[in-house]
Amino acid sequence: MEITTRSLWTLIHGMGFGALYLLACSGALLELYRFTTSHTPSDSTPGPERFLKGYMIAMVVLAWAAVLTGAYVIYPWYRAAPPPGAIDLSMYPQRLLMSSPTTIGWHSLGMEWKEHIAWLAPISITMAAFVFIRYGRDLRNHRQLRAAVLCFTLVSFLAAGVAGFFGAMINKYAPVQGGHTIQLSRGGEK
Amino acid sequence: MNTPDRAVNLNAPARPNGSGAAAVLSAGVGSFALAVLALAGDKSALIKSSLVFYKPTGPLSGVTTAAILIWLFTWGILEWRWRKRTVAAGRIGAIALALLGLSLLLTFPPVVDLF
Repeated sequence: MEITTRSLWTLIHGMGFGALYLLACSGALLELYRFTTSHTPSDSTPGPERFLKGYMIAMVVLAWAAVLTGAYVIYPWYRAAPPPGAIDLSMYPQRLLMSSPTTIGWHSLGMEWKEHIAWLAPISITMAAFVFIRYGRDLRNHRQLRAAVLCFTLVSFLAAGVAGFFGAMINKYAPVQGGHTIQLSRGGEK
Repeated sequence: MNTPDRAVNLNAPARPNGSGAAAVLSAGVGSFALAVLALAGDKSALIKSSLVFYKPTGPLSGVTTAAILIWLFTWGILEWRWRKRTVAAGRIGAIALALLGLSLLLTFPPVVDLF
């Protein structure tokens, strides 16, 4: 069983940072809403507030890690230009997708949308985390701020969802390949 | 007899909303800047080439770096102006959400193709 370094980076970007961020987003939406609207005594203790602040910081780290690895590690491999006259485009995912009318949409719609919309996620969640850390449970008393934070967090979820969906589909039709091969295990014949 | 000097309102905000409003509006401005820069890079070859800050990533590097700088600069200025003030958070939130909505639209390729 082996994996190439480029595939490993794609896994870290998509399954590690991206998917974990998406999972965390649904939890953050629910907790932010519950915490900033409920008036139950259990929410007045510092524990849950401290936990949610830590959770939001983790989400900020995940979101930035996802877009930065995507843009500066994987995207250059995706958009690499093949040498003139190259017939085998398997190492050039963008050109491979553009070479067929059945797959060009994954680039012209999918990647073109993904590469920009994905950045709305870290911007939005950084703002949401900052506001929550600054105001904490006092956000209950700032209705408009709370509504804006929840809307931005929802958009962050949507942006990450679009990016994640197209990332997975593009990697299915034109996977980023190459780099050193890492041997994970040696399989024996059964 | 002990009587409180003033009633304590538990539902009153403990701090002014200016700092939060600054963060919300600047996030809207940053998102909108990203969408406008992406659109401009798509429509003009000159802008596209000037947005190549890191060649392997192409114009995306300039679009995102410039948008982040605009976002952080706007945030810094607004935070400095508003942090101790109570501002019209409803109107500011609505503007920020409108900018965010426009950003979502302007990053969608079929909409970009209309320009």
